[in-house]
Amino acid sequence: MKGLRKYIDSIKPNFRKGGRFAKLESTFDAFETFLYVPKKVTLSGSHIRDSVDLKRTMIIVVIALMPSLIFGMWNVGYQFHKAMGTSVSILADFWFGFQAVLPIIVVSYVTGLAIEFISAQIRHHEVNEGFLVTGMLIPLIMPVNIPLWVVAVGTAFAVIFVKEVFGGTGMNIFNPALVARAFIFFAYPSEISGDSPWIFGFDNNLMGVDGITGATALSHAASGHMESIPSLSDLFFGFIPGCIGETSKLAILIGALILIITGIGSLRIMLSVITGGVIMTLIFNLIGANTYMQIDPMTQLMMGGFMFGAVFMATDPVTASQTPSGKIVYGVLIGVFAILVRVFNPAYPEGMMLSILLMNTFAPLIDHVVVQNNIRKRLKRLPKITNNVEPK
Amino acid sequence: MQIIKIKKGLDIPLKGVAAKVTGGFFIPNYVAIKPADFVNVLPRMIVNPGDRVKAGTPLFKNKYDERIVFTSPVSGVVMEPIRGDKRLIMEIPVKADQDIFYEEFGRQDISSMNAEDIRSLLTKSGLWTYIRQRPYDLIPSVDATPRDIYISTFDTSPLAPDYNFVLKEKVTYFQAGIDALAKLSNGRVHLGLDGSLDNNIFSSVKNAELHYFKGPHPTGNVSVQIHHTKPINKGETIWHLNPQDVAMIGKLFVDGIYDARRTIALTGPEAREPFYQEVVVGCKLKPIIESQTKQQHLRVISGNVLTGSSVSAEGFLGYYHHQLTFITEGDYYEFAGWAMPGFKKFSNSRVFFSWLFPGKKYDFDTNYHGGHRPLVMSGQYEKVFPFNILPVYLVKAILAQDIEKMESLGIYEVAPEDFALCDYVCTSKTEVQQIVREGMEMLRKEMS
Repeated sequence: MKGLRKYIDSIKPNFRKGGRFAKLESTFDAFETFLYVPKKVTLSGSHIRDSVDLKRTMIIVVIALMPSLIFGMWNVGYQFHKAMGTSVSILADFWFGFQAVLPIIVVSYVTGLAIEFISAQIRHHEVNEGFLVTGMLIPLIMPVNIPLWVVAVGTAFAVIFVKEVFGGTGMNIFNPALVARAFIFFAYPSEISGDSPWIFGFDNNLMGVDGITGATALSHAASGHMESIPSLSDLFFGFIPGCIGETSKLAILIGALILIITGIGSLRIMLSVITGGVIMTLIFNLIGANTYMQIDPMTQLMMGGFMFGAVFMATDPVTASQTPSGKIVYGVLIGVFAILVRVFNPAYPEGMMLSILLMNTFAPLIDHVVVQNNIRKRLKRLPKITNNVEPK
Repeated sequence: MQIIKIKKGLDIPLKGVAAKVTGGFFIPNYVAIKPADFVNVLPRMIVNPGDRVKAGTPLFKNKYDERIVFTSPVSGVVMEPIRGDKRLIMEIPVKADQDIFYEEFGRQDISSMNAEDIRSLLTKSGLWTYIRQRPYDLIPSVDATPRDIYISTFDTSPLAPDYNFVLKEKVTYFQAGIDALAKLSNGRVHLGLDGSLDNNIFSSVKNAELHYFKGPHPTGNVSVQIHHTKPINKGETIWHLNPQDVAMIGKLFVDGIYDARRTIALTGPEAREPFYQEVVVGCKLKPIIESQTKQQHLRVISGNVLTGSSVSAEGFLGYYHHQLTFITEGDYYEFAGWAMPGFKKFSNSRVFFSWLFPGKKYDFDTNYHGGHRPLVMSGQYEKVFPFNILPVYLVKAILAQDIEKMESLGIYEVAPEDFALCDYVCTSKTEVQQIVREGMEMLRKEMS
């Protein structure tokens, strides 16, 4: 290890101002700090600092995504073989899915990180760790059949126009991973919605082995085929077609547990989103005007990306509400709107994505109300001015 | 006995708590007053180098308010002031005698004195400078009258001295100090007491309102105690003092001298033998540092690890500091530090496996453990900030230099020390204390 350290110190001057590779300073810093925590010591303020940093935080989120990713890979293989009418071992299913999913991950990371490194260099900043998570989230909310160039375009759009133009990680208003999906959803709808993209290698023309369609639970529901919605246990464990990472609620809940224990994900937001979803479903159950409204709350929560959104998207600390009570309002409204959009607008089966993006817009407003409330409380405490009181 | 329970906060598990043993009085060679220990103080010298002074003889006054004088803590010979950039005075040293001679201020009967007598004796003797005010965290003007005076009798910061131990033989002086201070306030003297103790020497104090508190750091901070009893509104002023300084003021009235001795705790993982030592305010620390040092690669902090200031081997004890902390300098590279399980790394979040071992104590060092980033995480400061104030929004208002917002978000109620834990926990390594100090100065200049 000493040799490596020496080597890094020896090549460092080349990357500093005036050096041969000064244009790669941010890139060099990113790799150096990736290998070694810097030796910088405190100069002012508290002399000791917590061991946590943004790298550690982001890595924990990536780890929390791993159960969903691993299950997702296996499920890609499983769904393919099921559609083909064959059955292979768990490992073979996984290997199949691994080969199908890995390129999407690589494209997402390469596109996003390249843009991050370039913009960090333009600003002479250190490269931010935020994309480590975004780059993993994007593949997990894509259908497996998504063309790689579409992934690249969507990622590039999200990183440039949603993150970098606002100033990079920590400054963005919308969740970049969700914008990548929304962009693809509106720009290339056929690649990401409908019945075709969910099973690897299948498109509309090849459909039809044993009458199996690749439709997701949500598209069954949207088209009124309630009887085709998979069983609750299939929905929970995730033996269904869908976006790569969203199918298994069990895997998502394992991830949620990691986020909650480490204190990185906001339990408050997760519970609020679920509460909001349940409330809206129960209201619909009471109305019961059509079959979609009659779906029970449990099935609603288990369908589509609701749980994935609640655990990994709504909790994004940058784009969510940041005040303690604001988080509750923010979460509940996400849950409510997700179900609302789903049920009322069959053109947008995935209400969760739109609902979170909508609430990203309103998060600063919610916080503003909370802040004003805090200010009002302080004003109320002021001693009453009694100068102008008339004597009785 | 009603106890106010504070839930938010964090007790940092730092090794090296001082054993409850007091070494004898340490006679210093030199004593110095550092203008940098104060806010808004620019010295104008009263004495010249070579002059002989007694303990209590004025050394310099504050150019911004010449009624505030600073007196010598010991008797001896005034040395040439040590100057920094632009000839700014950094230290005003006095070569100390081996026996301390005191200026005589005369024994007083506090009950027959009025506020003006007390005020003039405190300013004349220089003990006025031990009073600090909220807002702005500085020495109050000599003609100001506070709404209330608060004294926190316990310090919850890491390895802080235990005033129940330090002052156990000085309760009469402490009481005299309270009696004198009580006459200066429009309201009352409020004492914050540690509610977790059974035998609290301060529970017998008269002429003051007692409040009991229980909870992690910063429960011992006076701002927290004010906030949870009678919060500060715009336009109100609160004074606060350290309990040892209250006893010192008491002694001024009872014995008629400025006795600048105080007991400090020598603490920290790198202190050879953590215990208590009786010293003089502003004493040169070299002999103490040399006797306590285990190794060379060290940071010596006058004060605690959260709010103290680092001192060099030739440095002096801070004016308001009652503790020395010895920790290792953290200027090392750590290979893949962010990826390791981290059994030996304490964190307030549970991202390292050290959270599985509650109650364990750690050697902390001065490494940042990461790079500076824009604020990403939310809800971190709130966990260690027991005020009904939104810390992140206050910090952002300061960064935006929005005076009106700072006021309305409660900057009058806090001091930088209350944000020390925010400094500590911040994932993005934001210098919150420094930002708050700058914000207060901005506000003070705007208001004056």
